[in-house]
Amino acid sequence: MKEYSRRGKDAMSASTSQDQRIDVLIGGGGMAGLSLAIALRQALGPAVAVTVADPALERSVTDARASAIVVAGRRLFETIGVWEAIAAEAQPINDMVITDSRLEDAVRPVFLTFDEDVEKGEPFAHMVENGPLVAALLARARDLGANLRVAAVSEFVTSDDRVAAQLSDGGTLAARLLVAADGARSRIRERAGIATHGWSYRQSAIVTAVAHERDHEGRAEEHFLPSGPFAILPLTGRRSSIVWTEASAEAERIVALPDDAFNAELERRFGLHLGDISAVGPRQSYPLGLTVARAFVAERVALIGDAAHVIHPIAGQGLNIGLKDVAALAETIVDAMRLGLDPGGADALARYQQWRRFDTMTMAVATDGLNRLFSNRSDVLRALRDFGLGIVDRLPRLKQVFIREAAGLAGEVPKLLRGEAL
Amino acid sequence: MPQSRGGSRSTVDAAEVAQFSRLAAEWWDPNGSMAALHKFNPVRLAYIRDQACARFGRDPKRLDSLSGLRMLDIGCGGGILSEPLARLGAVMVGADPSEDNVAAARQHADRAGVAVDYRCTTAEALADAGERFDIVLAMEVVEHVTNVGLFVARCAEMVKPGGLMIVATINRTLKAFALAIVGAEYVLRWLPRGTHQWDKFVTPNELEIALAKAGLAVSAQTGVIYNLIADRWQLSTDMDVNYMIVVARSDDAATSTEADH
Repeated sequence: MKEYSRRGKDAMSASTSQDQRIDVLIGGGGMAGLSLAIALRQALGPAVAVTVADPALERSVTDARASAIVVAGRRLFETIGVWEAIAAEAQPINDMVITDSRLEDAVRPVFLTFDEDVEKGEPFAHMVENGPLVAALLARARDLGANLRVAAVSEFVTSDDRVAAQLSDGGTLAARLLVAADGARSRIRERAGIATHGWSYRQSAIVTAVAHERDHEGRAEEHFLPSGPFAILPLTGRRSSIVWTEASAEAERIVALPDDAFNAELERRFGLHLGDISAVGPRQSYPLGLTVARAFVAERVALIGDAAHVIHPIAGQGLNIGLKDVAALAETIVDAMRLGLDPGGADALARYQQWRRFDTMTMAVATDGLNRLFSNRSDVLRALRDFGLGIVDRLPRLKQVFIREAAGLAGEVPKLLRGEAL
Repeated sequence: MPQSRGGSRSTVDAAEVAQFSRLAAEWWDPNGSMAALHKFNPVRLAYIRDQACARFGRDPKRLDSLSGLRMLDIGCGGGILSEPLARLGAVMVGADPSEDNVAAARQHADRAGVAVDYRCTTAEALADAGERFDIVLAMEVVEHVTNVGLFVARCAEMVKPGGLMIVATINRTLKAFALAIVGAEYVLRWLPRGTHQWDKFVTPNELEIALAKAGLAVSAQTGVIYNLIADRWQLSTDMDVNYMIVVARSDDAATSTEADH
């Protein structure tokens, strides 16, 4: 990285000294990048110059996925003025059932039910489809005057006080901070010379939506099948989102099946408790892996969301830890700028990294352990984990800790996740 | 090297100026010998901003919260305090007796596009010239001067009616010797050896008396402690080591000056 910077510096420094100077350049206009732009403009107004650069900004969203937004995430969306726009399409999860069973078991034992609210009157989480969520974020970012640019950050070089970025539309920008919000295979992360550690699970998640005859009553189900977790997550209007884990080759085979055969496979796992079912909307499969960046910051660069970490979706925490990054980085930038300090300076970046990295590692290790424990055919392990879950279910206090941790309320919580304005 | 001008006595210690001049190149390196000061910067900046906003009715959440306030940073070093305050809108004068420091500060501000009026001069010379400020800052400087009483009096002269002076320094206690000298310079190596001499530390009481003589009354004070677990400095009621004192000149300057004489 150092070498790259030095080589690049000579080539670009002459042309960048007169570039348009902004405060924060966010590479990537997904949920994390847009949320950060909104939070900054809302807190600091037109005095902060924020640009979101993403070549896919104007494309309509074809994402079949839905996201579980836990309480802390919902508070963030409320605080940055986005929740109102998606509330009607958000399905509260009132109840969560986790079972551990072999596929052929007629009745699946219910071991752990998260049927209590986190705070009075607050559902544990909401399911929101990614399409409408991104559209609402984009509209809000536009309203607040964030500069939205349909281009990728193709190259950048850092110097003492700025990062000079080359955009794919031919433009250049000089920013005090570059935020990598460009997803799991972040090019900005790569160019910043930040390595990742992690591994592939050799599993893929099949994602689709299912329409069913009976109402789900806001109940989420997670069945630990031998090939991996099979989650049924309630959507609005008698539909559910399916996250169905299989070995990667098997997942590809299933996604390619004709509709009838696909529905048959689905029904074997889904069961008939909600009446007749049929898959609706597109099916997609995503390879699963665990990736955590070795550092969350580099000189004048901060990573957020999937660019910083991709964890196993077993606990539905992917977006939520991304929103923790957003909340922590937004607060770090806002605090620094209100003191006249450099939002891309070493002190600010150190604060962000210290705030986020430990928490992320804990979550990554926990979800990895869960997956390894559950994606297994050993009867001994099955007995052990049943015993473990049974104990958790019988100890209300411990369960409360589990729920609160899963809801993102533990640790030093950034203001936005507490529902406080910056 | 600083010269005393117009017959006024200088409070600048030549050995101290030489010590800091050697470090001029490192002022803005967050991993260099000034790393400890960078880490200390947010807590003192926040305190200055909040005291200024409370006094002058400003909103600390705005990025121009100090707009138009004329401020003096005595012993500005490489400008790590002056430059952020100027970014918040303060009309900033940074004064330091070391040419090397002033040069380093100017260079950095130019590159960052921030306007700070850096001058290689002393508090005495500025006071002699009749300079007046809404806020005079003497941050981490009184423990480096030769005559605290005189230094404080000359700084105080420059505070406009209704204005503030904020002083940050280190208490002369055994705890300060253990933490600020043995701990910070020898054990943790946060600061270069010889940065501080214990016998030049000043107690809050001594400072208050000197400031009161100069016509300024204490309006707020706080300790600053290092939180080992969070690895950051924070405000505290414990003033045994690092502390800050805010003193104000009343709006009716004539009365207060009369009363002092």
